[in-house]
Amino acid sequence: MANIITDETIEYVGILAKLELSEEEKEQAKKDMANMLDYIDRLNELDTEGVEPLSHVFPVNNVFREDIITNEDDRENILLNAPEQKNGSFQVPKTVE
Amino acid sequence: MNLMSLTAVELGKKIKDKEVSVEDAVKAALAQIKSVENDVNSFVTIDEEGALKRAKEVQKQIDSGELSGPLAGVPVAIKDNMCTKGMLTTCSSKILENFKPTYTAEAVLHLEKAGAIIIGKTNMDEFAMGSTTETSAFGATKNPWNLGHVPGGSSGGSCSAVAAEECSFALGSDTGGSIRQPSSFCGVTGIKPTYGTISRYGLIAYGSSLDQIGPVAKDVTDCATILEVIASHDTKDSTSIKRDDYDFTSALVDDVKGLKIGIPIDYLGEGLDPEVKEAVLNAAEELKKKGAIVEEFDLSLVEYAIPAYYIIASAEASSNLARFDGVKYGYRTNDFEGLHSMYKKSRSEGFGAEVKRRIMLGSFVLSSGYYDAYYIKALKTKALIKKAFDKAFEKYDVILGPAAPTTAPKLDDSLSDPIKMYLGDIYTISVNLAGLPGISVPCGRDSKGLPIGLQLIGDCFQEKKIIQAAYAYECTREYDRCDLAKKGDK
Repeated sequence: MANIITDETIEYVGILAKLELSEEEKEQAKKDMANMLDYIDRLNELDTEGVEPLSHVFPVNNVFREDIITNEDDRENILLNAPEQKNGSFQVPKTVE
Repeated sequence: MNLMSLTAVELGKKIKDKEVSVEDAVKAALAQIKSVENDVNSFVTIDEEGALKRAKEVQKQIDSGELSGPLAGVPVAIKDNMCTKGMLTTCSSKILENFKPTYTAEAVLHLEKAGAIIIGKTNMDEFAMGSTTETSAFGATKNPWNLGHVPGGSSGGSCSAVAAEECSFALGSDTGGSIRQPSSFCGVTGIKPTYGTISRYGLIAYGSSLDQIGPVAKDVTDCATILEVIASHDTKDSTSIKRDDYDFTSALVDDVKGLKIGIPIDYLGEGLDPEVKEAVLNAAEELKKKGAIVEEFDLSLVEYAIPAYYIIASAEASSNLARFDGVKYGYRTNDFEGLHSMYKKSRSEGFGAEVKRRIMLGSFVLSSGYYDAYYIKALKTKALIKKAFDKAFEKYDVILGPAAPTTAPKLDDSLSDPIKMYLGDIYTISVNLAGLPGISVPCGRDSKGLPIGLQLIGDCFQEKKIIQAAYAYECTREYDRCDLAKKGDK
């Protein structure tokens, strides 16, 4: 079955993905995603009834350790990577009106 | 003598024996980079100054006896998705074009402690998403065997750097074949270890449940030696596993008598280049001559690995790459109105097309209403694939097949049809889904002169078996150097 991706779907996925696509990119994305889903749909040929989904290949459960600080205060170096900084903090656009 | 023609272990021995200084080794690597880098573009960053400075320090430590390991003083290149303190780490993406980490990845730290000298950071497909190293924001890497062809990917820069002898060995990462496929295309040897063997701390995540770091080098001895140095149980990575054994070099034995090797019939069918098939079956024949028991069997489910992989890897990528938002590091757009516009524009301008494609797909398959149909279905498929391998390993010690269905494609031929490109990973991807170790070793060249890779797959934690089989096979042939590498002989 051929998948058809609507404008609404691409719009919605763009919001989830926090991406702003140009009109051209949107058209391409619609095509790409439909092709990919057509391809992926072949998984439906497989009978997975009663199969447990496997997220981790080994039986590893929660891994705990003591929360001991091993690194030092590295504020200055970390801020060197900040696109904008002010008074020793990351500077961002106004978040609350 | 051309120091770069040596394997990492051979060079390390000469340094240890004081036949060669660390500075000489580093200078030899830098000279070869100068000579061939314009052609191949293996590197994003070359740290000449840092490497020469470090060479002096390491030489002192060797002279004082503080450092005596096999990799002390040996020049290494690191894939640009592993954090290196104070050194540019870009993932070959515009969004990280100016990122200098404040810490070093655990695997790289192990190399530094062992005295290896980091010479630079290698080019890759952006965020490791791709099979050709053409999605890099810093230009494609070329195949050193033929500059009109791709080196494979995503660890294309690491593999081309080793093949072109710009470094003695390199680290790569493998999420769906990203070490084994480019190793095959570039005629070098690369291992993807069992999931959890090497700490992912400091490896910029793509598909966290599949990502593993591994060595790329000229031969199996180097790879086993490097693996021994970088493998560790690390409490900073909750998926890191404490293994019973780390003595991978003890498996470097030229003996496969009685070793049971299975060749999946599914790996020899449609889509496989006849020249690749012939080379791989010839390799199997060599192992048989040495006493291995080789037979074909039905692995099944092979064609379902790629769709399952793209659901799982894209889903994880969409979550992992949410952190790139222009706030704490990396690229921020110049032109925005308000916070959300800044997020969206920074990401849209910072990510390339393939990365956006996978983030979109990943966001879709995780979205409400589609989660069960796609994501859960993929995890169930993964369970079935794991079971198929479990069954195979009840009967066989090692699974043998090609690393990739073809040799390296031409530049610009792959990106226009993503699904066709994805199909090139058909023999490697299921290994990641099942968490297994796999190695690619050179096993000949096609009529165009391009290298062919033999893949050997082991059961979880059975690296030694594939190392032993690969080593025994390697003993039957000479290492093949490309002409570009030989430029350093003069």
